[in-house]
Amino acid sequence: MGVSVPTQAAPERGTQTRIGAAFAPAMSALRSLEVDTRLLGMLGALLLIWVGFNILSGGTFLSARNLWNLSVQSASIAIMATGMVLIIVSRNIDLSVGSMLGFLGYTMAMIQAVWIPNDLGFGHEQPLTWIITLVLGIALGALIGGLQGFVVAYGGVPSFIVTLGGLLVWRGLIFRYAQGQTIAPMESTFQMLGGGTVGTRVGALGEWPSWTLGIVLCLAIVYLQISSRRRRRRYAFPVRPLWAEGLVGAVSCGIVLGVVWVANSYPLPVNVALQYAEEHGITVPPGGLFIPTGVAFPVLIMLIVTLVVTFLATRRRFGRYVYAIGGNPDAAALAGINVRRTIMLTFALMGSLAAISAAVQTARLNAAVTNLGVQNELDVISAAVIGGTSFSGGIGTVPGAILGAVVMQSLRSGMVLLLVDSPTQDIVVGLVLVVAVGLDTFVRRGVR
Amino acid sequence: MLTQTTPTPAPVTQRVPLVELRNIQVSFGGVRAVGGVSIDLYAGEVVGLVGGNGAGKSTLMRTLSGARPPDSGQIVINGQPVTIGNPRDAKALGIETIYQTLALADNLDAPANVFLGREVTAATTLDDAAMESATRKVIGRLNPNFKNFKAPVLRLSGGQRQAVAIARAIHFNARVLIMDEPTAALGPAETAQVHTLIRQLKSEGIGIFLVSHDIHDVFDLSERISVMYHGKLVGTVNKNDVTTDEVLGMIILGKPPTKLTQQDLAELHG
Repeated sequence: MGVSVPTQAAPERGTQTRIGAAFAPAMSALRSLEVDTRLLGMLGALLLIWVGFNILSGGTFLSARNLWNLSVQSASIAIMATGMVLIIVSRNIDLSVGSMLGFLGYTMAMIQAVWIPNDLGFGHEQPLTWIITLVLGIALGALIGGLQGFVVAYGGVPSFIVTLGGLLVWRGLIFRYAQGQTIAPMESTFQMLGGGTVGTRVGALGEWPSWTLGIVLCLAIVYLQISSRRRRRRYAFPVRPLWAEGLVGAVSCGIVLGVVWVANSYPLPVNVALQYAEEHGITVPPGGLFIPTGVAFPVLIMLIVTLVVTFLATRRRFGRYVYAIGGNPDAAALAGINVRRTIMLTFALMGSLAAISAAVQTARLNAAVTNLGVQNELDVISAAVIGGTSFSGGIGTVPGAILGAVVMQSLRSGMVLLLVDSPTQDIVVGLVLVVAVGLDTFVRRGVR
Repeated sequence: MLTQTTPTPAPVTQRVPLVELRNIQVSFGGVRAVGGVSIDLYAGEVVGLVGGNGAGKSTLMRTLSGARPPDSGQIVINGQPVTIGNPRDAKALGIETIYQTLALADNLDAPANVFLGREVTAATTLDDAAMESATRKVIGRLNPNFKNFKAPVLRLSGGQRQAVAIARAIHFNARVLIMDEPTAALGPAETAQVHTLIRQLKSEGIGIFLVSHDIHDVFDLSERISVMYHGKLVGTVNKNDVTTDEVLGMIILGKPPTKLTQQDLAELHG
């Protein structure tokens, strides 16, 4: 056996090159698609997880109901993960997002349940309460995030320390002024942000608005493709072959419309549907009533956040500077970039995203509890890192982080379906995190 | 009858220097890295700045590029005293720098690096196509074989990375160029390319400070040579008035050619 090892090594290498040669046409096709192969790999992994859980759960995992819930559960982590990408890309970390979320959720609950109705005497269920609460929450989030960023950027204290301090301070403040109390209920319009139902009002778009959203997004995708092609043509740059452009467009639109289709396949709960039918004078057919729920508001919020942060990251100077700082902080400073201001702004953005997630979570719970957001920082950082964000700085994408959040939530929700206990869930998620990053590092080293 | 509007050029002796550094001092902690150095640079001229490791060449140049403002001393551009507090100030005055480390963001592509800090925008969003187009033009001038405009500069060869750093310095109509060891990491062919470029830029009227360890490079390219030794200026000499040995004596022993003895020269070759 020992003797045969060296002779085996040679043919093995031969097979590898042959396999490589067999893949060559596929690789060149991939290259002309100009899509992010890492993103593609993650989509593949996600698909594998989904199909695996679906088989193990006997078809429950890929039901519209489970996928709809999965999308809502992923949303609050995904919203924060988009900001965490920029923080980690610029070689920092924010450990305080869970505590910030708790603190901001608590403050927003106080605003709508105590301060506006009681202290200011406007009473409950005012039409503007939800938006005032949300705007104040986001502003406060930007302020406290920016404060931490200020200490990091101008004070020169490592972000790990500043936000570790923040993790303790913001959580401590909640206990200080809540004294263990739960603040409830939330104002009814505000509750819609969580994707739940109040009476016959549903925190989702409903059937036709969902389809409209899907179609608008598809048109936007096609428009962006055409305008980018035109722009490259004008400068006589090489453009993707038409078939590749068409394929990318078709697949992107397919995914968008697929998501809408799944959301519309999930019916309203029976009692809500019956009440709705009664109010609108609809006669219930003998087979039961099917009213599509549509895209949930938390998912809609996540979509808007993703678009905004992606725009900031890729189309604005701010984002370019964040990546430049992550790639080479000295070079960024020598290029005349205001490194400190840019770093502070990433933390302010993170704070406002924590506020948006806080709104979603308190709305969903219909209450603010003292342990709101506990350990969220770990989920958010994991989502960003599974999504390809590198701790060495300069590398990471917003869509990757969204996928990372969905992968994490899929694992958790799949294991819940399979009745896996919570310690085992933690063990699995922990291992997946390390293996995913290890694989990614390995592959990247190979590419270089 | 047309009126003559072009002013008659001033005689050479009265020309105002493009850059004057007067009595520049820089200290790090208690250590004086540059102690009262004065040098100047005229348009269309290359001044070689040489000296051993730690002589203060790079630190002196960093005061001009805005990377490290001087503790005292004066910087005069075209006869006007100026304050250069950061790299942005220097660039606004037309002073561009090619750092020894190249100062590239490795994760970004060539156009993003060329335009870093000076991005072209259309309606406040980045106009990547315009930046790529301009980068293709300027790099095409330096290195016609350069093709990877979309790859992170991390993946490029040393010469290609150098081309990106040079492109960044020359694209914005520099008047003064600081080149810190521009050929240290290059092969012979690429070095020749850089030499050609330096001569071309010089003929366009750009003033160049050439910081280098390579005395042959400096003799090849510069008109005047300033030598630094332990943070002080040993002297500035005309290339045609000195031998390489005399300059080596200035670098190694810190003595101007007039004070150099036969024994010193013998020691240099010893």
